[in-house]
Amino acid sequence: MIEILTTGQLNTIQDLGRPGYLAFGISHSGAMDRPALEVANLLLGNDRMAAGIEVAYFPFRARFNVNCNVAVTGVDCQVLIGDRIYPSWWAVHIQQGQTIILNRPRSGARAYLAFAGGIDVPLLMGSRATDVKSGFGGLKGAGLTRGDRLNLMPGNKILLPEGGLGVKWAGQAENPGEPPITIRVLPAAEFDDFTPESKHAFTTEIWIITANANRMGYHLNGSVLALAKPLELHSHGIVAGTVQVPRSGQPIIQLADANTCGGYPKIATVIDADLYKLAQASATTPLRFSIASTDEAVNAILMRRNAMTKLQIDLRLHLGY
Amino acid sequence: MQKTAIRISQSGSGALLLDAAVGAFSDDVQHHLWEMDDRIRDVPGVIETALGMNNVLVIHDPLLINAVELERILRSLWLRAQAKRIAGTIHTLAVFYGGDRGEDLLAWAEHCRMTVQEVVQRHTSGIYTVAAIGGMPGFPYLSGLDPALAWPRRAIPKSGVMEGSVIIGAGQASVMPITAPSGWHILGHTNTGLFDPSKDPPALLQVGDTVRFAIAAVVI
Repeated sequence: MIEILTTGQLNTIQDLGRPGYLAFGISHSGAMDRPALEVANLLLGNDRMAAGIEVAYFPFRARFNVNCNVAVTGVDCQVLIGDRIYPSWWAVHIQQGQTIILNRPRSGARAYLAFAGGIDVPLLMGSRATDVKSGFGGLKGAGLTRGDRLNLMPGNKILLPEGGLGVKWAGQAENPGEPPITIRVLPAAEFDDFTPESKHAFTTEIWIITANANRMGYHLNGSVLALAKPLELHSHGIVAGTVQVPRSGQPIIQLADANTCGGYPKIATVIDADLYKLAQASATTPLRFSIASTDEAVNAILMRRNAMTKLQIDLRLHLGY
Repeated sequence: MQKTAIRISQSGSGALLLDAAVGAFSDDVQHHLWEMDDRIRDVPGVIETALGMNNVLVIHDPLLINAVELERILRSLWLRAQAKRIAGTIHTLAVFYGGDRGEDLLAWAEHCRMTVQEVVQRHTSGIYTVAAIGGMPGFPYLSGLDPALAWPRRAIPKSGVMEGSVIIGAGQASVMPITAPSGWHILGHTNTGLFDPSKDPPALLQVGDTVRFAIAAVVI
Protein backbone atom coordinates (compact mmCIF):
# COMPACT_ATOMS: atom_id res chain seq x y z
CA MET A 1 0.00 0.00 0.00
CA ILE A 2 1.13 3.53 -0.75
CA GLU A 3 -0.01 6.58 1.16
CA ILE A 4 -0.13 9.97 -0.53
CA LEU A 5 1.48 12.64 1.71
CA THR A 6 1.72 15.73 -0.53
CA THR A 7 -0.23 16.20 -3.74
CA GLY A 8 -2.55 18.46 -5.71
CA GLN A 9 -5.85 17.64 -7.38
CA LEU A 10 -4.05 17.82 -10.72
CA ASN A 11 -2.32 14.54 -9.92
CA THR A 12 -4.39 11.65 -11.22
CA ILE A 13 -4.24 7.92 -11.78
CA GLN A 14 -3.78 7.30 -15.50
CA ASP A 15 -3.07 4.43 -17.86
CA LEU A 16 -3.09 4.44 -21.67
CA GLY A 17 -6.74 5.46 -21.69
CA ARG A 18 -10.22 4.32 -22.50
CA PRO A 19 -10.59 3.92 -26.27
CA GLY A 20 -13.68 2.33 -27.77
CA TYR A 21 -16.37 4.39 -26.03
CA LEU A 22 -16.50 7.55 -28.16
CA ALA A 23 -19.92 6.39 -29.35
CA PHE A 24 -21.08 6.81 -25.73
CA GLY A 25 -19.53 10.27 -25.52
CA ILE A 26 -16.66 9.03 -23.36
CA SER A 27 -13.24 10.64 -23.82
CA HIS A 28 -10.12 8.55 -24.29
CA SER A 29 -8.45 10.20 -21.27
CA GLY A 30 -5.23 8.41 -20.24
CA ALA A 31 -1.69 9.75 -19.84
CA MET A 32 -1.14 13.07 -21.61
CA ASP A 33 2.43 11.91 -22.36
CA ARG A 34 1.71 8.33 -23.37
CA PRO A 35 5.25 7.26 -24.34
CA ALA A 36 6.57 8.42 -20.95
CA LEU A 37 4.10 6.19 -19.08
CA GLU A 38 4.83 3.33 -21.50
CA VAL A 39 8.57 3.60 -20.80
CA ALA A 40 7.95 3.70 -17.03
CA ASN A 41 5.92 0.51 -17.24
CA LEU A 42 8.52 -1.19 -19.46
CA LEU A 43 11.23 -0.43 -16.89
CA LEU A 44 9.23 -2.43 -14.34
CA GLY A 45 8.18 -5.30 -16.60
CA ASN A 46 4.55 -4.19 -16.25
CA ASP A 47 1.61 -4.85 -18.49
CA ARG A 48 1.38 -1.93 -20.94
CA MET A 49 -2.05 -1.01 -19.56
CA ALA A 50 -0.77 -0.79 -15.96
CA ALA A 51 -1.88 2.39 -14.17
CA GLY A 52 0.51 4.89 -12.62
CA ILE A 53 0.27 8.45 -11.34
CA GLU A 54 0.43 11.45 -13.64
CA VAL A 55 2.06 14.11 -11.49
CA ALA A 56 1.40 17.66 -12.67
CA TYR A 57 1.61 19.31 -9.26
CA PHE A 58 4.94 19.34 -7.42
CA PRO A 59 6.39 18.50 -4.97
CA PHE A 60 4.70 15.12 -4.75
CA ARG A 61 5.35 12.88 -1.74
CA ALA A 62 4.22 9.35 -0.96
CA ARG A 63 5.14 6.74 1.66
CA PHE A 64 5.53 3.06 0.82
CA ASN A 65 4.20 0.36 3.11
CA VAL A 66 5.53 -2.31 0.75
CA ASN A 67 8.82 -3.22 -0.91
CA CYS A 68 8.42 -2.33 -4.54
CA ASN A 69 10.15 -1.25 -7.74
CA VAL A 70 9.16 2.19 -9.00
CA ALA A 71 10.00 4.24 -12.11
CA VAL A 72 9.77 7.97 -12.76
CA THR A 73 9.65 9.35 -16.33
CA GLY A 74 8.23 12.32 -18.24
CA VAL A 75 9.85 15.40 -16.75
CA ASP A 76 13.46 16.06 -15.85
CA CYS A 77 13.28 16.23 -12.06
CA GLN A 78 15.04 15.26 -8.86
CA VAL A 79 13.67 12.13 -7.18
CA LEU A 80 14.43 11.73 -3.48
CA ILE A 81 14.11 8.34 -1.82
CA GLY A 82 15.28 8.27 1.78
CA ASP A 83 18.54 10.24 1.73
CA ARG A 84 19.45 9.36 -1.84
CA ILE A 85 18.86 11.44 -4.95
CA TYR A 86 18.02 9.85 -8.29
CA PRO A 87 17.36 11.38 -11.69
CA SER A 88 14.12 10.83 -13.58
CA TRP A 89 13.83 8.29 -16.42
CA TRP A 90 15.03 5.87 -13.76
CA ALA A 91 13.74 2.74 -12.02
CA VAL A 92 14.75 1.88 -8.48
CA HIS A 93 13.78 -0.43 -5.62
CA ILE A 94 11.99 1.16 -2.66
CA GLN A 95 11.95 -0.38 0.81
CA GLN A 96 8.88 -0.58 2.99
CA GLY A 97 8.68 2.55 5.15
CA GLN A 98 10.59 4.78 2.71
CA THR A 99 9.22 7.99 1.23
CA ILE A 100 9.54 9.17 -2.37
CA ILE A 101 9.61 12.87 -3.25
CA LEU A 102 9.29 14.22 -6.78
CA ASN A 103 10.63 17.77 -6.80
CA ARG A 104 9.60 20.57 -9.13
CA PRO A 105 10.89 19.71 -12.61
CA ARG A 106 13.84 21.47 -14.25
CA SER A 107 12.02 20.93 -17.52
CA GLY A 108 8.75 19.36 -18.55
CA ALA A 109 5.35 19.55 -16.88
CA ARG A 110 4.14 16.01 -16.18
CA ALA A 111 5.97 13.20 -14.39
CA TYR A 112 4.84 9.59 -14.51
CA LEU A 113 5.31 7.52 -11.37
CA ALA A 114 4.80 3.83 -12.08
CA PHE A 115 4.87 0.90 -9.65
CA ALA A 116 5.66 -2.75 -10.25
CA GLY A 117 2.28 -4.36 -10.92
CA GLY A 118 0.50 -1.04 -11.34
CA ILE A 119 -2.14 0.64 -9.18
CA ASP A 120 -5.08 -1.55 -8.16
CA VAL A 121 -8.21 0.48 -8.83
CA PRO A 122 -11.27 -0.98 -10.60
CA LEU A 123 -11.21 -1.32 -14.36
CA LEU A 124 -13.98 0.79 -15.82
CA MET A 125 -14.71 0.26 -19.50
CA GLY A 126 -11.33 -1.36 -19.95
CA SER A 127 -9.29 1.34 -18.24
CA ARG A 128 -8.21 2.64 -14.85
CA ALA A 129 -7.71 6.21 -16.12
CA THR A 130 -9.31 9.03 -14.12
CA ASP A 131 -11.82 11.10 -16.08
CA VAL A 132 -12.05 14.07 -13.71
CA LYS A 133 -14.44 16.01 -15.95
CA SER A 134 -16.97 13.18 -15.88
CA GLY A 135 -16.16 12.04 -12.35
CA PHE A 136 -15.30 8.39 -12.85
CA GLY A 137 -12.28 6.11 -13.12
CA GLY A 138 -9.08 6.20 -11.08
CA LEU A 139 -9.72 6.69 -7.38
CA LYS A 140 -13.33 7.87 -6.91
CA GLY A 141 -13.22 9.73 -10.23
CA ALA A 142 -11.11 12.53 -8.85
CA GLY A 143 -7.55 13.78 -8.46
CA LEU A 144 -5.44 12.44 -5.60
CA THR A 145 -5.70 14.03 -2.18
CA ARG A 146 -3.53 13.85 0.90
CA GLY A 147 -4.12 10.67 2.84
CA ASP A 148 -5.31 8.62 -0.14
CA ARG A 149 -4.10 5.02 0.04
CA LEU A 150 -3.40 3.04 -3.11
CA ASN A 151 -3.04 -0.71 -3.36
CA LEU A 152 -0.81 -2.30 -5.97
CA MET A 153 -1.43 -5.28 -8.22
CA PRO A 154 0.99 -8.21 -7.97
CA GLY A 155 3.96 -7.33 -10.15
CA ASN A 156 7.07 -8.77 -11.76
CA LYS A 157 9.73 -9.16 -9.08
CA ILE A 158 12.62 -7.87 -11.17
CA LEU A 159 15.97 -7.57 -9.46
CA LEU A 160 17.14 -4.08 -10.44
CA PRO A 161 20.86 -3.28 -10.32
CA GLU A 162 22.09 -1.60 -7.12
CA GLY A 163 21.35 2.11 -7.59
CA GLY A 164 18.62 1.37 -10.09
CA LEU A 165 18.48 1.58 -13.84
CA GLY A 166 18.10 4.51 -16.21
CA VAL A 167 16.93 4.67 -19.77
CA LYS A 168 17.52 6.94 -22.74
CA TRP A 169 14.43 7.77 -24.67
CA ALA A 170 14.07 9.94 -27.76
CA GLY A 171 11.39 12.09 -26.14
CA GLN A 172 13.59 12.90 -23.22
CA ALA A 173 16.26 14.46 -25.40
CA GLU A 174 13.66 16.83 -26.85
CA ASN A 175 12.02 17.71 -23.56
CA PRO A 176 14.36 20.52 -22.64
CA GLY A 177 14.21 21.64 -26.32
CA GLU A 178 14.77 25.35 -26.78
CA PRO A 179 11.45 27.20 -26.97
CA PRO A 180 9.53 27.83 -29.11
CA ILE A 181 8.68 24.16 -29.38
CA THR A 182 7.61 22.99 -32.81
CA ILE A 183 4.29 21.17 -33.02
CA ARG A 184 3.58 19.34 -36.26
CA VAL A 185 0.00 19.48 -37.52
CA LEU A 186 -2.11 18.25 -40.41
CA PRO A 187 -4.63 20.71 -41.88
CA ALA A 188 -8.18 19.95 -40.69
CA ALA A 189 -11.63 20.26 -42.27
CA GLU A 190 -11.94 24.06 -42.12
CA PHE A 191 -8.29 25.00 -42.78
CA ASP A 192 -9.14 26.52 -46.16
CA ASP A 193 -12.11 28.42 -44.78
CA PHE A 194 -9.75 30.76 -42.92
CA THR A 195 -8.47 33.95 -44.53
CA PRO A 196 -5.07 33.70 -46.26
CA GLU A 197 -3.65 36.04 -43.58
CA SER A 198 -4.96 33.77 -40.82
CA LYS A 199 -3.55 30.63 -42.43
CA HIS A 200 -0.22 32.40 -42.77
CA ALA A 201 -0.29 33.62 -39.17
CA PHE A 202 -1.21 30.17 -37.89
CA THR A 203 1.79 28.51 -39.48
CA THR A 204 4.41 31.23 -39.04
CA GLU A 205 3.73 33.10 -35.82
CA ILE A 206 4.49 32.24 -32.22
CA TRP A 207 1.62 31.04 -30.00
CA ILE A 208 1.75 31.21 -26.22
CA ILE A 209 0.13 28.60 -23.98
CA THR A 210 -2.10 30.56 -21.58
CA ALA A 211 -2.79 29.73 -17.92
CA ASN A 212 -6.03 28.14 -19.16
CA ALA A 213 -4.29 24.86 -20.01
CA ASN A 214 -5.25 21.52 -18.53
CA ARG A 215 -6.02 17.92 -19.46
CA MET A 216 -9.13 19.04 -21.37
CA GLY A 217 -7.29 21.49 -23.60
CA TYR A 218 -4.82 24.33 -23.96
CA HIS A 219 -6.04 27.82 -24.82
CA LEU A 220 -3.46 29.73 -26.87
CA ASN A 221 -2.74 33.39 -27.23
CA GLY A 222 -1.55 35.09 -30.42
CA SER A 223 -2.88 36.77 -33.56
CA VAL A 224 -6.64 36.72 -34.07
CA LEU A 225 -7.58 34.06 -36.63
CA ALA A 226 -10.61 34.74 -38.80
CA LEU A 227 -12.78 32.76 -41.17
CA ALA A 228 -13.23 34.16 -44.68
CA LYS A 229 -17.00 33.89 -44.10
CA PRO A 230 -19.09 32.74 -41.12
CA LEU A 231 -19.65 28.99 -40.79
CA GLU A 232 -22.31 27.03 -38.93
CA LEU A 233 -21.18 23.51 -38.16
CA HIS A 234 -23.16 20.63 -36.72
CA SER A 235 -21.72 18.82 -33.70
CA HIS A 236 -19.03 16.41 -34.84
CA GLY A 237 -16.53 14.01 -33.29
CA ILE A 238 -13.09 15.38 -32.48
CA VAL A 239 -9.79 13.79 -31.44
CA ALA A 240 -7.07 14.79 -28.98
CA GLY A 241 -4.92 17.32 -30.82
CA THR A 242 -7.78 19.09 -32.62
CA VAL A 243 -7.01 22.81 -32.93
CA GLN A 244 -10.33 24.65 -32.80
CA VAL A 245 -10.85 28.33 -33.42
CA PRO A 246 -13.87 29.75 -31.55
CA ARG A 247 -15.28 33.20 -32.30
CA SER A 248 -12.57 34.90 -30.24
CA GLY A 249 -10.09 33.84 -32.95
CA GLN A 250 -7.74 32.39 -30.33
CA PRO A 251 -7.02 28.69 -30.89
CA ILE A 252 -7.79 25.91 -28.39
CA ILE A 253 -5.96 22.59 -28.64
CA GLN A 254 -8.31 19.86 -27.42
CA LEU A 255 -6.53 17.16 -25.41
CA ALA A 256 -6.99 13.83 -23.57
CA ASP A 257 -10.06 14.74 -21.48
CA ALA A 258 -11.75 16.97 -24.08
CA ASN A 259 -15.42 16.55 -24.94
CA THR A 260 -15.78 13.94 -27.68
CA CYS A 261 -17.76 16.30 -29.95
CA GLY A 262 -17.25 19.90 -30.88
CA GLY A 263 -18.86 22.55 -33.01
CA TYR A 264 -16.12 25.10 -33.61
CA PRO A 265 -14.19 25.32 -36.90
CA LYS A 266 -11.02 23.21 -36.89
CA ILE A 267 -7.94 24.68 -38.49
CA ALA A 268 -5.58 21.74 -37.88
CA THR A 269 -4.85 18.63 -35.83
CA VAL A 270 -1.64 17.98 -33.91
CA ILE A 271 -0.08 14.72 -35.10
CA ASP A 272 -0.15 11.88 -32.56
CA ALA A 273 3.60 11.72 -32.28
CA ASP A 274 3.80 15.35 -31.06
CA LEU A 275 1.07 15.25 -28.40
CA TYR A 276 3.68 14.40 -25.75
CA LYS A 277 5.43 17.72 -26.42
CA LEU A 278 2.25 19.54 -25.41
CA ALA A 279 1.89 17.32 -22.34
CA GLN A 280 5.35 18.48 -21.25
CA ALA A 281 4.77 22.19 -22.02
CA SER A 282 3.45 24.41 -19.25
CA ALA A 283 1.70 27.79 -19.31
CA THR A 284 3.67 30.64 -20.97
CA THR A 285 5.56 28.20 -23.23
CA PRO A 286 5.82 29.59 -26.77
CA LEU A 287 5.13 27.22 -29.63
CA ARG A 288 5.05 27.19 -33.39
CA PHE A 289 2.90 25.07 -35.69
CA SER A 290 4.45 23.42 -38.70
CA ILE A 291 2.37 21.69 -41.37
CA ALA A 292 3.41 18.07 -41.84
CA SER A 293 2.57 15.62 -44.59
CA THR A 294 0.44 12.54 -43.90
CA ASP A 295 3.50 10.38 -44.63
CA GLU A 296 5.54 12.24 -42.05
CA ALA A 297 2.76 11.89 -39.46
CA VAL A 298 2.39 8.15 -40.07
CA ASN A 299 6.16 7.55 -40.19
CA ALA A 300 6.48 9.26 -36.84
CA ILE A 301 3.98 6.77 -35.37
CA LEU A 302 5.86 3.85 -36.93
CA MET A 303 9.21 5.08 -35.60
CA ARG A 304 7.72 5.54 -32.13
CA ARG A 305 6.27 2.01 -32.12
CA ASN A 306 9.53 0.51 -33.35
CA ALA A 307 11.56 2.38 -30.75
CA MET A 308 9.19 1.19 -28.01
CA THR A 309 9.47 -2.42 -29.20
CA LYS A 310 13.26 -2.18 -29.32
CA LEU A 311 13.38 -0.75 -25.80
CA GLN A 312 11.12 -3.55 -24.58
CA ILE A 313 13.39 -6.20 -26.11
CA ASP A 314 16.54 -4.56 -24.69
CA LEU A 315 15.03 -4.30 -21.21
CA ARG A 316 13.81 -7.90 -21.29
CA LEU A 317 17.28 -9.11 -22.20
CA HIS A 318 18.90 -6.88 -19.62
CA LEU A 319 16.54 -7.54 -16.73
CA GLY A 320 15.54 -11.09 -17.64
CA TYR A 321 11.77 -10.74 -17.52
CA MET B 1 -32.62 9.64 -51.01
CA GLN B 2 -30.61 11.53 -53.59
CA LYS B 3 -27.02 10.93 -52.39
CA THR B 4 -25.47 14.29 -51.71
CA ALA B 5 -21.78 15.07 -51.99
CA ILE B 6 -19.89 14.27 -48.83
CA ARG B 7 -16.76 15.97 -47.56
CA ILE B 8 -14.01 13.83 -46.08
CA SER B 9 -11.22 15.52 -44.16
CA GLN B 10 -8.32 14.38 -42.00
CA SER B 11 -8.55 14.65 -38.23
CA GLY B 12 -4.88 14.14 -37.59
CA SER B 13 -2.72 11.08 -38.17
CA GLY B 14 -5.35 8.44 -37.50
CA ALA B 15 -8.86 9.72 -38.15
CA LEU B 16 -11.11 10.88 -40.97
CA LEU B 17 -14.21 13.02 -40.58
CA LEU B 18 -17.00 12.25 -43.03
CA ASP B 19 -19.38 15.18 -43.26
CA ALA B 20 -22.65 14.52 -45.09
CA ALA B 21 -24.45 17.67 -43.94
CA VAL B 22 -26.26 19.84 -46.47
CA GLY B 23 -27.36 22.90 -44.53
CA ALA B 24 -29.84 22.20 -41.75
CA PHE B 25 -29.78 18.89 -39.89
CA SER B 26 -31.50 16.13 -41.87
CA ASP B 27 -33.04 13.05 -40.26
CA ASP B 28 -32.82 11.26 -43.59
CA VAL B 29 -29.05 11.82 -43.88
CA GLN B 30 -28.69 10.69 -40.25
CA HIS B 31 -30.58 7.44 -40.90
CA HIS B 32 -28.19 6.67 -43.76
CA LEU B 33 -25.23 7.37 -41.47
CA TRP B 34 -26.67 4.99 -38.83
CA GLU B 35 -26.58 2.19 -41.37
CA MET B 36 -23.19 3.16 -42.70
CA ASP B 37 -21.72 3.41 -39.19
CA ASP B 38 -22.24 -0.34 -38.65
CA ARG B 39 -20.40 -1.10 -41.91
CA ILE B 40 -17.54 1.28 -41.18
CA ARG B 41 -16.85 -0.52 -37.91
CA ASP B 42 -16.36 -3.75 -39.89
CA VAL B 43 -13.60 -2.27 -42.08
CA PRO B 44 -10.27 -3.85 -41.07
CA GLY B 45 -8.02 -1.22 -39.50
CA VAL B 46 -10.93 0.88 -38.21
CA ILE B 47 -10.72 1.18 -34.43
CA GLU B 48 -13.91 3.02 -33.56
CA THR B 49 -16.35 5.59 -34.83
CA ALA B 50 -18.10 8.58 -33.29
CA LEU B 51 -21.39 9.49 -34.86
CA GLY B 52 -22.13 13.22 -34.91
CA MET B 53 -24.99 15.24 -36.36
CA ASN B 54 -24.97 14.38 -40.08
CA ASN B 55 -21.34 13.34 -39.83
CA VAL B 56 -19.19 10.53 -38.51
CA LEU B 57 -15.63 10.48 -37.21
CA VAL B 58 -13.69 7.34 -38.10
CA ILE B 59 -10.66 6.44 -35.99
CA HIS B 60 -8.24 4.07 -37.71
CA ASP B 61 -4.77 2.61 -37.32
CA PRO B 62 -2.85 4.31 -40.14
CA LEU B 63 -0.32 1.47 -40.14
CA LEU B 64 -3.12 -1.00 -40.99
CA ILE B 65 -5.14 1.13 -43.39
CA ASN B 66 -3.99 4.43 -44.83
CA ALA B 67 -6.12 7.53 -45.13
CA VAL B 68 -6.38 7.40 -48.94
CA GLU B 69 -7.60 3.81 -48.96
CA LEU B 70 -10.02 4.44 -46.10
CA GLU B 71 -11.43 7.51 -47.84
CA ARG B 72 -12.12 5.43 -50.96
CA ILE B 73 -13.94 2.81 -48.86
CA LEU B 74 -15.98 5.47 -47.05
CA ARG B 75 -17.08 7.05 -50.33
CA SER B 76 -18.21 3.73 -51.68
CA LEU B 77 -20.01 2.84 -48.42
CA TRP B 78 -21.84 6.17 -48.58
CA LEU B 79 -23.03 5.50 -52.13
CA ARG B 80 -24.42 2.13 -51.04
CA ALA B 81 -25.81 3.31 -47.69
CA GLN B 82 -29.50 2.70 -47.04
CA ALA B 83 -31.68 4.43 -44.48
CA LYS B 84 -31.70 2.34 -41.31
CA ARG B 85 -34.87 2.07 -39.27
CA ILE B 86 -34.24 1.38 -35.62
CA ALA B 87 -37.07 0.04 -33.48
CA GLY B 88 -35.60 1.68 -30.41
CA THR B 89 -36.85 1.81 -26.87
CA ILE B 90 -39.40 4.51 -25.99
CA HIS B 91 -38.41 6.49 -22.91
CA THR B 92 -40.77 8.89 -21.15
CA LEU B 93 -38.93 11.34 -18.93
CA ALA B 94 -40.94 13.12 -16.24
CA VAL B 95 -39.89 16.77 -16.19
CA PHE B 96 -40.20 19.33 -13.42
CA TYR B 97 -40.39 22.52 -15.50
CA GLY B 98 -39.17 25.84 -14.10
CA GLY B 99 -38.19 26.62 -10.53
CA ASP B 100 -34.60 26.82 -9.30
CA ARG B 101 -33.58 24.05 -11.66
CA GLY B 102 -35.38 25.48 -14.68
CA GLU B 103 -34.13 29.03 -14.60
CA ASP B 104 -34.71 29.81 -18.29
CA LEU B 105 -38.34 28.69 -18.51
CA LEU B 106 -39.88 32.18 -18.39
CA ALA B 107 -37.34 33.74 -20.73
CA TRP B 108 -37.82 30.84 -23.13
CA ALA B 109 -41.59 31.41 -23.24
CA GLU B 110 -40.94 35.11 -23.79
CA HIS B 111 -38.45 34.36 -26.58
CA CYS B 112 -41.02 32.10 -28.28
CA ARG B 113 -43.78 34.69 -27.69
CA MET B 114 -45.92 32.09 -25.95
CA THR B 115 -47.23 31.47 -22.47
CA VAL B 116 -45.36 29.10 -20.19
CA GLN B 117 -48.23 26.64 -20.54
CA GLU B 118 -47.92 26.73 -24.32
CA VAL B 119 -44.17 26.13 -24.48
CA VAL B 120 -44.40 23.30 -21.96
CA GLN B 121 -47.34 21.77 -23.79
CA ARG B 122 -45.47 21.93 -27.11
CA HIS B 123 -42.28 20.56 -25.59
CA THR B 124 -44.15 17.58 -24.11
CA SER B 125 -46.12 16.87 -27.27
CA GLY B 126 -42.94 16.41 -29.32
CA ILE B 127 -41.62 12.99 -30.29
CA TYR B 128 -37.83 13.09 -30.15
CA THR B 129 -35.32 10.72 -31.68
CA VAL B 130 -31.81 10.07 -30.35
CA ALA B 131 -29.85 11.04 -33.46
CA ALA B 132 -26.44 10.54 -31.84
CA ILE B 133 -24.75 10.19 -28.47
CA GLY B 134 -21.61 12.21 -27.84
CA GLY B 135 -19.85 15.27 -26.56
CA MET B 136 -20.04 14.14 -22.95
CA PRO B 137 -20.83 10.73 -21.44
CA GLY B 138 -24.31 9.60 -22.49
CA PHE B 139 -25.33 13.00 -23.91
CA PRO B 140 -28.19 12.55 -26.40
CA TYR B 141 -28.55 14.78 -29.45
CA LEU B 142 -32.32 14.75 -29.86
CA SER B 143 -33.97 15.67 -33.13
CA GLY B 144 -37.65 16.52 -33.34
CA LEU B 145 -37.87 19.83 -31.48
CA ASP B 146 -40.81 21.97 -32.63
CA PRO B 147 -39.06 24.74 -34.65
CA ALA B 148 -41.22 27.33 -32.88
CA LEU B 149 -39.42 26.36 -29.63
CA ALA B 150 -35.89 26.86 -30.98
CA TRP B 151 -33.65 29.34 -29.15
CA PRO B 152 -30.02 30.15 -30.05
CA ARG B 153 -27.49 29.03 -27.44
CA ARG B 154 -26.12 31.34 -24.76
CA ALA B 155 -23.28 33.61 -25.88
CA ILE B 156 -21.19 32.36 -22.95
CA PRO B 157 -21.55 28.77 -21.70
CA LYS B 158 -22.73 28.36 -18.12
CA SER B 159 -20.54 26.27 -15.84
CA GLY B 160 -21.89 23.48 -13.67
CA VAL B 161 -25.19 22.83 -15.43
CA MET B 162 -26.61 20.06 -13.25
CA GLU B 163 -27.15 16.43 -14.13
CA GLY B 164 -30.77 15.88 -15.13
CA SER B 165 -31.23 19.40 -16.53
CA VAL B 166 -33.68 19.41 -19.45
CA ILE B 167 -32.22 21.77 -22.02
CA ILE B 168 -32.54 23.21 -25.51
CA GLY B 169 -29.85 24.75 -27.72
CA ALA B 170 -30.76 26.20 -31.12
CA GLY B 171 -33.04 23.60 -32.74
CA GLN B 172 -32.05 20.69 -30.51
CA ALA B 173 -33.33 19.26 -27.27
CA SER B 174 -31.42 17.26 -24.70
CA VAL B 175 -30.91 16.29 -21.08
CA MET B 176 -27.65 16.66 -19.13
CA PRO B 177 -26.36 13.17 -18.22
CA ILE B 178 -23.66 14.60 -15.90
CA THR B 179 -23.01 17.98 -14.33
CA ALA B 180 -20.91 19.97 -16.82
CA PRO B 181 -20.62 23.36 -18.54
CA SER B 182 -23.20 23.98 -21.26
CA GLY B 183 -24.31 26.79 -23.52
CA TRP B 184 -27.85 25.44 -23.75
CA HIS B 185 -30.88 26.86 -21.92
CA ILE B 186 -32.29 25.13 -18.85
CA LEU B 187 -36.05 24.47 -18.88
CA GLY B 188 -36.37 22.11 -15.95
CA HIS B 189 -35.06 18.82 -14.64
CA THR B 190 -35.74 15.10 -14.62
CA ASN B 191 -34.74 12.57 -11.99
CA THR B 192 -34.12 9.84 -14.56
CA GLY B 193 -30.38 9.09 -14.69
CA LEU B 194 -28.93 8.95 -18.21
CA PHE B 195 -25.41 7.78 -17.48
CA ASP B 196 -23.87 5.17 -15.18
CA PRO B 197 -20.24 4.26 -15.86
CA SER B 198 -20.58 0.93 -14.02
CA LYS B 199 -23.34 -0.28 -16.36
CA ASP B 200 -22.95 -1.92 -19.74
CA PRO B 201 -23.89 -0.03 -21.82
CA PRO B 202 -23.11 3.04 -19.68
CA ALA B 203 -25.70 5.24 -21.41
CA LEU B 204 -29.46 4.81 -20.87
CA LEU B 205 -30.32 6.18 -24.30
CA GLN B 206 -29.16 4.58 -27.53
CA VAL B 207 -29.10 5.88 -31.06
CA GLY B 208 -32.56 5.41 -32.59
CA ASP B 209 -34.42 5.45 -29.26
CA THR B 210 -37.50 7.63 -28.88
CA VAL B 211 -37.77 10.16 -26.07
CA ARG B 212 -40.92 11.87 -24.83
CA PHE B 213 -41.18 14.41 -22.07
CA ALA B 214 -44.06 14.36 -19.58
CA ILE B 215 -45.05 17.06 -17.09
CA ALA B 216 -44.23 16.16 -13.50
CA ALA B 217 -44.76 19.74 -12.35
CA VAL B 218 -44.56 23.30 -13.64
CA VAL B 219 -43.21 25.89 -11.23
CA ILE B 220 -43.51 29.50 -12.34
